[in-house]
Amino acid sequence: MQSLIAADQLSLTLGQTNILDRISISIEPNEIVTLVGPNGAGKSSLVKVLLGLISPSSGEVHRHPSLKIGYVPQHFNVDPSMPMSVRYLLSQASNDGIDAIAERLTISHLLDRPVYRLSGGEKQRVLMARALLLKPNLLVLDEPAQGVDVGGQVELYALINQLRDELDCSVLVISHDLHLVMASTDRVICLNHHICCHGLPTDVQSDPAYKALLGERGAQALALYQHHHDHHHGIDGDVCNDGGCDGTH
Amino acid sequence: MELIKFLSLPMLSGVLLSLAAGPLGSLMVWRRMAYFGDTVAHSALLGVALALLLNADNTLMVGLVALGVAGLLWLAEYKALMATDTLLGILSHTALAVGMIVFSISPNQQVSLTGLLFGDILLIDTAQIIWIATVAITAALLATIRWRALVLMTLSEDLAAAEGVGVKRHRWLLASMIAITVATAIPVVGILLITALLIIPAATARYWANTPSQMAIIAAFICSIGVVFGLIGAVWFNLPSGPTVVVILTSCYTVSRLIRRPA
Repeated sequence: MQSLIAADQLSLTLGQTNILDRISISIEPNEIVTLVGPNGAGKSSLVKVLLGLISPSSGEVHRHPSLKIGYVPQHFNVDPSMPMSVRYLLSQASNDGIDAIAERLTISHLLDRPVYRLSGGEKQRVLMARALLLKPNLLVLDEPAQGVDVGGQVELYALINQLRDELDCSVLVISHDLHLVMASTDRVICLNHHICCHGLPTDVQSDPAYKALLGERGAQALALYQHHHDHHHGIDGDVCNDGGCDGTH
Repeated sequence: MELIKFLSLPMLSGVLLSLAAGPLGSLMVWRRMAYFGDTVAHSALLGVALALLLNADNTLMVGLVALGVAGLLWLAEYKALMATDTLLGILSHTALAVGMIVFSISPNQQVSLTGLLFGDILLIDTAQIIWIATVAITAALLATIRWRALVLMTLSEDLAAAEGVGVKRHRWLLASMIAITVATAIPVVGILLITALLIIPAATARYWANTPSQMAIIAAFICSIGVVFGLIGAVWFNLPSGPTVVVILTSCYTVSRLIRRPA
């Protein structure tokens, strides 16, 4: 089967600022891709270009005709003047299986609550339930770990992994939190306006040095530190197998 | 009986307008577009003045100017450094100012400014009713057909776009529906009060509704009640019609706010 989304040489310039610089990326069926990078690296912008919410300044995006997106945006603020319960919000996506999916995402107790009263973490889970009710073949999660504690994040990624198998869908996760997603992702793409490296964590994980580096909480800060300030080294030679980390940018 | 006969056409026009005011007013409340309604209404003065100057049809001219203002706002919003309400402030008051200037140079000045500002629904004629009926029913139908997309877009434009809703198209649809409805409704409550007819019923309905569509339907109902009782009260006590309608609507809002505790 072809790629769900394939983008070729995407650039996005707003005013004088280069948000995205010649990015080529594809998402294949049934894979989990994680997009990591520091704040302001253009992660959300890249996703918006991929989904067609904004047009790139140059480059092309090809979307498979069968592509069905379930999108969980980073920001979602409902005006209190909107009378809408969680159950109603979900029913707008589909009436089938609301209770099952609500139980799955532990939001059953929230079904009758007005949407504007949800906390950040609750909102994320409700929107994820809504996205899943659309039976997507690509689930896009923009910073799903925001407003969720560490224990919740581990559960969240375990759930994402299960859902991928059950629904046979691909997942694109945006995160600035590298170490948690590593275990359950097929590919990691490190973005800092350009793609500074990308690789298969399955290969990477067998490397004890790499595992030691990323297996601990502190490794995350180190990884991000290197993103910020040093593109000559990348995270690790093994990850930079596409030559993106040779410092030529 | 005489009273009912005398009031039947004005009441009919008010009830027809309510059909559009329910859904459009709700969307305006959720999307915080009250000031947009005001701006379009203020531009009606310019429309009326131009109609006088050019000897053109009043309703048509007001409608065109309203659409023009919606279009200008869209242009002004592109890469603007100001918030939308600043841009609306500029547009709104410029339309008023230019309207008054055009008025002053127009040779034909047979227009009641009070009627224009506060409405003269009791003087409404059949031609106007047909206009109101056409516009209100079209707007109500369009809003109903595109309701799901309009509500989803109000929740999150990104989410709506990701699910295939043409956000730009629908934003335009909504802005032009509001512009045309406001322009058409001006004979009923006038330039200064028209936004009230859209906003207050929707705000009142918020206290009774559990879903977005309920809010739109209840708002339409409350709007009709306001028009019907406002007109009866206006004739009975010899009060100006537009302001009486608005005061009745505000009473409904106040009572709802006091007795209802919605989720």
